[in-house]
Amino acid sequence: MHELSISRSVLDTALAHACGRRVLLVEVSIGGLRQVAPASLAFYFEILSRGTACEGAELTTRLMPARLRCDCGSEWRLEHPSFRCPRCGGGNVTVLDGEQLCVDSIEVEEEEACTAPR
Amino acid sequence: MHRTKVRVATDVLDANETIARANRADFDRAGVRVVNLMSAPGAGKTMLLERVLGGGLGDGLLDGLGEVRVGVLEGDVQGSFDADRLSLLHVPVTQLNTDPGFGGECHLDANMVRSALGAMALEEIDLLVIENVGNLVCPAEFRVGEDRRAMISSVTEGEDKPLKYPLMFRTCELVVVNKIDLLPHLDFSLERFLANLDQVNPGAEHMLLSARTGEGVEAFADWLARVAQTTPAPARAEAEPA
Repeated sequence: MHELSISRSVLDTALAHACGRRVLLVEVSIGGLRQVAPASLAFYFEILSRGTACEGAELTTRLMPARLRCDCGSEWRLEHPSFRCPRCGGGNVTVLDGEQLCVDSIEVEEEEACTAPR
Repeated sequence: MHRTKVRVATDVLDANETIARANRADFDRAGVRVVNLMSAPGAGKTMLLERVLGGGLGDGLLDGLGEVRVGVLEGDVQGSFDADRLSLLHVPVTQLNTDPGFGGECHLDANMVRSALGAMALEEIDLLVIENVGNLVCPAEFRVGEDRRAMISSVTEGEDKPLKYPLMFRTCELVVVNKIDLLPHLDFSLERFLANLDQVNPGAEHMLLSARTGEGVEAFADWLARVAQTTPAPARAEAEPA
């Protein structure tokens, strides 16, 4: 249930970048190595955003597969939680992708800059 | 009205990391090393601390960590059961409840620890052990300003736990296997557990002990004493902004 704290951070981040404009969409990417449940995140976000510029905004999550590289040069996509190299058995591996937990972008409603006479 | 896309590209836990670094800086200034101790509920965090910090009480308890002055920050959702137990050992204990005002969080975050800094006499200790809320998922996501992370996995929890909670097992520098006195009564395969641990955290340091009987607890006391004697490393790589 740490998704509650994370939703609060997502909301704060979105509001800071919205500069008072109404937020329609919040896009979040979640690495495969994080233990964050997208449905819980969206659930808490909906509740926390009430009464803010994010009220009613859609929260979308993109799951980023975990990718590792071993010192031996091989790279692979992590399917099971095994951090040993499937080729050489080495344990000196680098995480290339899958640790992010990031607000990528938001979509806001913007007034048309209308200068034409009515 | 029209829709405009705004690029944000901000780490969600950026704010937590910033506060964690501020905590770390305060601990460094006070010359205090910090261990974030995590586990599932009931794995034996408090009892292990009692064993290790039970200075002068006899009854098979270790006499503290020698010259190292230890303080404990107790994180719990509610109540002060653990802090009450530890305060009997004449160890400075600060209770941090995540319930009032925090919405009953299932973990400590950097800001909660920051809110407790004023209540801790940092100048009177060399090592602070932060006993996190019992939970194998959430605490792993939040750095609080620690130098080291340690976790306890008890044999009654089963040998599959490293594979089920890889983030927790991967993020700790030390994995303590507790309740080994119960091994004769369980189907738990230590060999399989250690193989699973090696899969998620290759080469991870581990130790086997029983907080109940005291077997092997000196190794944990030695580990804590070694952490207390380390010089503060400059900010950890993972605490740096990406």
